[in-house]
Amino acid sequence: MELMLLLFIFVLAAFLGFELIAKVPSQLHTPLMSGSNAISGITIVGAILAAGVDHGSTLTTVLGTTAVALATINVIGGYLVTDRMLAMFKKKAPAKKEDGS
Amino acid sequence: MMHSDTLINFAYIVASILFIFGLKMLGRQTTARRGNMVSSLGMLLAIIVTLLDRDVVSFQWIIIGIAIGTVIGVSCAKLIKMTSIPEMVALLNGFGGLASLLVGWAEYGKTIAAGETASTFTGTVIVLAVLIGGVTFTGSLYAFGKLSGKLSGKPVMFTGQQFVNGALVLGLLAAAVIYIINGGAGEMGGNAFYVCLAIAFILGITLVMPIGGGDMPVVISMLNSLSGLAACAAGFVILNNVLIVAGCLVGTSGVILTIIMCKAMNRSLAHVLFSGFGSDATAAAGAASDGQIEGELKPISAEDSYSVLEAARNVVIVPGYGMAVSQAQHVVRELAEMLENNGAEVRFAIHPVAGRMPGHMNVLLAEANVPYEQLAEMDSINPQMPMMDVAIVIGANDVVNPAAARDKSSPIYGMPIINAYQANTVICLKRGKGAGFSGIENQLFLLPNTRMLYGDAKSSLQSVVGEFKAMADA
Repeated sequence: MELMLLLFIFVLAAFLGFELIAKVPSQLHTPLMSGSNAISGITIVGAILAAGVDHGSTLTTVLGTTAVALATINVIGGYLVTDRMLAMFKKKAPAKKEDGS
Repeated sequence: MMHSDTLINFAYIVASILFIFGLKMLGRQTTARRGNMVSSLGMLLAIIVTLLDRDVVSFQWIIIGIAIGTVIGVSCAKLIKMTSIPEMVALLNGFGGLASLLVGWAEYGKTIAAGETASTFTGTVIVLAVLIGGVTFTGSLYAFGKLSGKLSGKPVMFTGQQFVNGALVLGLLAAAVIYIINGGAGEMGGNAFYVCLAIAFILGITLVMPIGGGDMPVVISMLNSLSGLAACAAGFVILNNVLIVAGCLVGTSGVILTIIMCKAMNRSLAHVLFSGFGSDATAAAGAASDGQIEGELKPISAEDSYSVLEAARNVVIVPGYGMAVSQAQHVVRELAEMLENNGAEVRFAIHPVAGRMPGHMNVLLAEANVPYEQLAEMDSINPQMPMMDVAIVIGANDVVNPAAARDKSSPIYGMPIINAYQANTVICLKRGKGAGFSGIENQLFLLPNTRMLYGDAKSSLQSVVGEFKAMADA
């Protein structure tokens, strides 16, 4: 039953994903891509569970810890780079006003 | 006990909502930055409540992992140059894919350690997480190599390539079936698992290998989508709803972006993946120089460029990857300001796939403080092209190549282009006489109204700006 519920969630989320991105102006494509790339780092949740739960397996702990490090790079790097980009998009309007006058 | 699980799942729902709002807001200019923050809050929440999970008993490894990841992630994000964003995204993407693969692998290790066999369902999703994660990882690394110039940007093809890919897929299927039937148990099941792992890594490389430079925006966007799907598969492995929702959102939104990119190049995804962009370019270039457009490359000096620009009233600037390579965006903005002060109207014409990543040019021009109103998309600027006195093409190649409209033998035939050739005078900035990244001869350069300004784009533009300054001072 739990499986069916998860599949159900999967299908609905798929449709939602299609709808969300349908009309995005092209200048935002790069930030959108790097922003959604950061979200795919959600796999860190799985990594934490693999690293922190005692499975009695060294292999699992090693793999889990590596996964935590990699997913953290993905999450932190992704959000910060996206923010850096978007900050540049923002600042230009007032800057031009001053120059143009 | 019950409470903690309910609380965690409730928090996961909130995190999912934050991701959805975050993505929605990322799609609008005014809310984009806040959207990114909303989505990062969702991530923070998901991480914190996972740490509260009662099954999580040892924290030292988690802390070490997070510490290492944070140091690397922060330094990458702070140090990276805006021109290298496509490589950076490819690399981060690869890490995400690898992390999902490892989550699948760890689950496999867990069942082995417990002496259990994985159910058919768990076995299947583990294979999926490993496969998608592995392809994402090596594919992204290969794309990173191509984008950063460490590997050749040219498509790599060899005879029997399709056959090799086919054999790999068949081998993968066989290994996957053996693994799933055995539930990963025994020597047979274990070996089958590692065969799957190895083939996934190889497939990532063989898939990206034949894809040429001009198609890189499509590849990046596709790999982005795959990294989401890998997280989603990992979510099914550990039966976790927030992984499924977030991974799936990224996966499908990536598909949409990929489709948009393909449309902008007028090619199907299958064509991009399997045709080997530009592999027949040499033949086409040979045919083009035989007939079609004849002419020669006519160089122009910075002084002459100044005279042409000084008299121009309507100027359009068409940036491409060459602008990124020579970091010329700031001096481009300076030139645009000079022209405006000189009474000209300046526009930037942005092709949807200019650069190595969708929207790449917009990011660079924003970095250089180019006002938003001066940017024009392809469809809105093309009708005005015949009215333009001068078109300055800065390191753009395929996106202004008239062969796309005229020459059926050209590999880019049918791709919509910016009609820079319709402008009165076209000044093309180019490093040397060779063909561009995609290896296709550009017929625009041979037209009678085209002049070539050779040299590094940044220094060429600096000399033109210097001419303007000298005249203003005089």
